[in-house]
Amino acid sequence: MTFLAIKNISKRYGPVHALDNIDLTVAAGGRTAIVGPSGSGKTTLLRIIAGFETPDAGQVELEGEILADGEAIVPAHRRGIGIVSQDGALFPHLSVSENIGFGMERGARDRDQRINALIDMVELDRGMLDRRPHQLSGGQQQRVALARALGRKPRLMLLDEPFSALDTGLRENMRKAVARVLQIAGITAVLVTHDQAEALSFADQVAVLRQGKLIQAGTPQALYLSPRDRETALFLGDAIVLPADLNDGSAKCVLGHIPVDAESRQGRTDIMLRPEQLRLQAIGEAGAGAACIGKVTEIEFGGAVCAVTVVLSNGSETLNIKSSGVGLPEVGSMVSVSVIGKAHVFDRLDA
Amino acid sequence: MRMPQLTAAPRSRVRHASVVALASIVALLSLVPLGFIVWITVDTGWAEVTALIFRSRVGELLVNTVLLEVCTIPLCILLAVTLAWLTERTDIPGARLWSWLAAAPLAVPAFVHSYAWVSLVPGMRGLWSGVLVSVLAYFPFLYLPVAAALRRLDPAIEDAAASLGLGPWHVFFRAILPQLRLAICGGSLLIGLHLLAEYGLYVMIRFDTFSTAIVDQFQSAYNSPAANMLGGVLVFCCLLLLGIEVLVRGNERYARIGSGAARPADRRRLRWFVVPAIALPVVTAALTLGIPFVTLARWLILGGLDIWQIDTVGSALLQTILLAIAGGLLATIAAAPMAWLSVRAPGRLQRVLEACHYYVGSLPGVVVALALVSITVRLILPLYQTFATLLLAYVLLFLPRAMVGLRASIAQAPVELERAAMALGRTPAQAVRQITMRLAAPGFAASVALVALGITNELTATLMLSPNGTETLATKFWSLTSEIDYVSAAPYAFMMIVLSLPLTLLLYVQSKRTAGQ
Repeated sequence: MTFLAIKNISKRYGPVHALDNIDLTVAAGGRTAIVGPSGSGKTTLLRIIAGFETPDAGQVELEGEILADGEAIVPAHRRGIGIVSQDGALFPHLSVSENIGFGMERGARDRDQRINALIDMVELDRGMLDRRPHQLSGGQQQRVALARALGRKPRLMLLDEPFSALDTGLRENMRKAVARVLQIAGITAVLVTHDQAEALSFADQVAVLRQGKLIQAGTPQALYLSPRDRETALFLGDAIVLPADLNDGSAKCVLGHIPVDAESRQGRTDIMLRPEQLRLQAIGEAGAGAACIGKVTEIEFGGAVCAVTVVLSNGSETLNIKSSGVGLPEVGSMVSVSVIGKAHVFDRLDA
Repeated sequence: MRMPQLTAAPRSRVRHASVVALASIVALLSLVPLGFIVWITVDTGWAEVTALIFRSRVGELLVNTVLLEVCTIPLCILLAVTLAWLTERTDIPGARLWSWLAAAPLAVPAFVHSYAWVSLVPGMRGLWSGVLVSVLAYFPFLYLPVAAALRRLDPAIEDAAASLGLGPWHVFFRAILPQLRLAICGGSLLIGLHLLAEYGLYVMIRFDTFSTAIVDQFQSAYNSPAANMLGGVLVFCCLLLLGIEVLVRGNERYARIGSGAARPADRRRLRWFVVPAIALPVVTAALTLGIPFVTLARWLILGGLDIWQIDTVGSALLQTILLAIAGGLLATIAAAPMAWLSVRAPGRLQRVLEACHYYVGSLPGVVVALALVSITVRLILPLYQTFATLLLAYVLLFLPRAMVGLRASIAQAPVELERAAMALGRTPAQAVRQITMRLAAPGFAASVALVALGITNELTATLMLSPNGTETLATKFWSLTSEIDYVSAAPYAFMMIVLSLPLTLLLYVQSKRTAGQ
């Protein structure tokens, strides 16, 4: 069921279209990531949902309640939407417990219990309750900010790049913790990020925004394997794009005949493969009948996943292939290249 | 479908507009002194202007002023950089004490410095006496920023210079000194402007500058074209100094590149050099603090209890405090719209308005007073010699001081915090009250204090503008020393120093804090 509906939202700053006719729905209890490069309008969209910004046109509906209809809006403090921003935005003059209790009704009798429950929920030590924000690490500040937003029992939680100020290891940890906490609390969440890996792993729905337009929305798998266009494909991860001739669900290209996911399409077009769809084998094992043979020119050892550069023998095409670190071929050896799964065909340009 | 009440979106542009209007009014007010100079020049007529400006008296004053600036500023730089390096980057014993003592001369008003010297060496006269007292009174303006910059420097840069084959002296001149350029430029500008504006210091040692000449002219004939034209030349000198500073400062970046915390710098071992090294802060402290302390103590002991007359001393103290608090509050309130705009809505218009707020503080008190006297006499006579005019002069003179503290404290309360409070159920008004105003309150108080303490030691504008019968600590001190009654003047000097101590402490702590300590 639709929980949050964004309908035809547009916003311009002077001549710049920050958002151009955005339509997006979010299901109850789901986790949606809005992803896009900087300047794509994702933060503006988040601020419109939160009520800090007024759309020029379009509606925002939460549980069937209209929060914004053009320039008429429900102010932020009456929306019941929680937000965790990039740096946490903790109040520096209040202690951790005062920060967490900031949004609770004054004089609530169970206030202390609720603060304790929240700090337990975000997995922080209760001893931290008396500290000031500047005495906490970045990750701890974000956990407090999350607890503070949860204290209002919000209907919807907005996450505005909350992990981007954290170190790499900590970021992954926090992402999992936040996902877990939101799941337990049963709160629908919208995450804004420029980090595609974060978006793909956090969300059950990903929406790609570019230059104020919603390019594509869907499950992480669908977006990763079937992006609408080349730019989206490259934004979401490494991709190998090859020219090919389509015929009856099969593409003829430098790698031989590969099945494609668009069976009805015919003629010349580009197809896309993710690098991990390609397998390398020593030439002896595959036998002389292998469809596609190339020479290894460079190996970049990366531990679990290594990048192998292969120049194909039947053309000048150079492929960057992700391979397991075990049983790597030698530089200069001949290998055969085979494809796992189907290649993806981009939408027609006019689509 | 439920229909909750929708409210029209707050028109943020309109909300800004009222703040912009308020800031524009203050900016226009701050243009009054400059506008006055232009107006009076046009009004006087070209022939008379040239006759008044191109004459030998102006030439003499110009030579005096240039000599004073050219001799004082390099000496201040030399003293301040050496002291800062010794206290910040060497293992000199008692570094903290010396660093305090290097900032402390600020607590002694410049004209009290020269009072101390003149009563010790009654024959002190002319340029070199002026240079000596100016260096002693003003070098802390350079010491504080240079010491802060040295503390902030990333020692990795010195390591890199050393690894590229530079010896210790070369490291200092080629790697450290260039990075102190901003601090040295800023401090030198401040000292240069003070040298132009100072009146009391130079009258006592009979050294003529534009400020002393203008007050002389003013006291013999109010609203005389001669005084006004001297004021014009003085304003020109100020603008010239500002321009030179912009040119010398350049626009290179000296920020640390890369992330992560800088490790604290190593201190250089002085070894046998420690004896001559420690002599410098000892001698400096003796000259800057010892001499005022000794002479003041002598006069206070000579005077005994008789000089502490509650009706005169007490009333001067009370008047000073009332004027200082009223001026402090007014200046801070006047600066608030601009400070808010420059943090929350920076833009081209805002930068122009902000420049107006800052430039007026670099004008000497004598010019602001001259402008306000002439304007009130010619246009709004009822305001002539009233508290309203005096307070307006204070507001204009100390506007930048009020801005600095306010800006920093409003920046402490980023708009994200207001938004966070709104997302947690506060109305916009509650969010501003509970978050932004709460966080900016200490900065507001600090700004009021900074301005108030400036007013406590203000002499020139107060002399020229105060209503009859008004006596502040500074003007009472001044009239007593003019009668060579050094004994009776001592309690006023003492109280000015006591009132200035908190300001000095505040400046010292602030310079430490900007260095992240």
